[in-house]
Amino acid sequence: MTTRADARPARASTLGRPPLVLVVPGGIAAALLVLPLVSLVLDTPWGGFLDQLRTQAVRDALRITALASAVTVVACLLLGTPLAWLLARVDFRGRALLRAAVAVPLVLPPVVAGVALVSALGRNGLLGSVLRETTGVTLPYTTTAVVIAHTFVSMPFYVLSVEGALRASGERYDVVAATLGADRWTTFRRVTLPLAMPGVLAGSVLAWARSLGEFGATITFAGNYPGTTQTMPSLIYQTLQADPEVARTLSMILLVASVAILAALRNRWLTAP
Amino acid sequence: MKKSLPVLLSVLGLVLPLSACGSGDDSQAGSGKTITVLAAASLTETFTDLASQFEKDHPGVDVKLAFDSSATLAQQAVDGAPADVLATADTATMDSAKSAQAQAAQDFATNTMVLVTPKDNPAGIKTFADIDRSGVAYVACVDTAPCGKVAAALMSDNKVTSRPASLEVDVKSVLAKVTSDEADAGFVYTTDAVAAGDQVDTVEIPHAADEITTYPIAPLTQSENPDLAQQFVDLVLSDQGQQVLRDAGFGKP
Repeated sequence: MTTRADARPARASTLGRPPLVLVVPGGIAAALLVLPLVSLVLDTPWGGFLDQLRTQAVRDALRITALASAVTVVACLLLGTPLAWLLARVDFRGRALLRAAVAVPLVLPPVVAGVALVSALGRNGLLGSVLRETTGVTLPYTTTAVVIAHTFVSMPFYVLSVEGALRASGERYDVVAATLGADRWTTFRRVTLPLAMPGVLAGSVLAWARSLGEFGATITFAGNYPGTTQTMPSLIYQTLQADPEVARTLSMILLVASVAILAALRNRWLTAP
Repeated sequence: MKKSLPVLLSVLGLVLPLSACGSGDDSQAGSGKTITVLAAASLTETFTDLASQFEKDHPGVDVKLAFDSSATLAQQAVDGAPADVLATADTATMDSAKSAQAQAAQDFATNTMVLVTPKDNPAGIKTFADIDRSGVAYVACVDTAPCGKVAAALMSDNKVTSRPASLEVDVKSVLAKVTSDEADAGFVYTTDAVAAGDQVDTVEIPHAADEITTYPIAPLTQSENPDLAQQFVDLVLSDQGQQVLRDAGFGKP
């Protein structure tokens, strides 16, 4: 981002110096965001980094986290895209209400999201008890439950992002496609979705990132067991109680992995043309 | 610039959730008339009683209670959290907070572990050995918490081969899983089983008497009211305090 700002020095000189009233609070905000991360990096006992990476618990937790976040993105693509399209393109009764409901998990404390999931899909939940009586299947304590919890908290980011992109691209092209004889499914596939692709990509990255850090809903709904439901954040929280040093190293592993993938994605997909 | 916003947002999304779940303890050691007591989750009922007793005996004094896993509280005490008294569910965590103790810690209670099942006992657990049957989902504390260390020791004493469905961060979470019928059984302290009353059925664990946990209490160096902190410790150790603990199912130290 700095490179883009630096690329236009001429414009900055014609506009004059940035006013202090913007620079000072902006600097404070940047410090607040950057300082804790820098101290985490400085505080990490890097000597144990590779050793930690080799332990079974960390590898299990990384595997669960990677798997859950990948499946979450797929679930968002397959289920969230149609929902975003319905919200953006179809006029139905209760649409405003549904849009508000979709956004609720954004503001819900993750632990509350977990409690809500238990009351819906737990062994005695509204749907969970039916599922258990008819098929004998219970969701809590399974990796599936981890994915459900992650999808629940991540989907709103995806849906809102895609819905925004759909609205921004407008309905004009859809209308043109329709007048040329395309049915609505063809229009969606060939016109609407390609136009909304930046929103789809940004939404996927947001959902994936939210899933990586997800903790409260997972530990409440899915539980915490190495190899089946223990994600990196759960492992970090648990390790924090026993050995804060190791917990810092684990946090760095998660941070390094996620920043690396974000950087890779940014280079491949998210750079402006 | 339009495209870099999502990237910024996603970096935030990575970092925020990690911090969102920290301790919720915002209590201040206020202006002379407030003391904060950090107590293990298993002391929730008894210390709530004792705190209101203390407030009655010391008009104008406000006792704030923070219940959490002993390890978390000990860490907070060492980190200088504004608190006056620390009470943990085992001696190891209390020892880890030695640097924060204003006085040597004193043992004030003991506890043993039992197995609890939901009231209707869906998995039909009659004896402790039943948790080894396949299809039984039982939960215990994670082994970094005192309750998890005891549960792990009892599982090995009794040669349990099955594994818990989940390792919860503290004993109240284990109890909650059982009372909400989300688990068939859970390892909790005797006192938690007493507190849960008829929401749970209790099954004795063989060799439980070999794995007794001891609860120590100590005033903290950062206390701004060391006299009040000491008086709270004294109340817990007094006959009156001991009776409250006895009634809740705790053993003598």
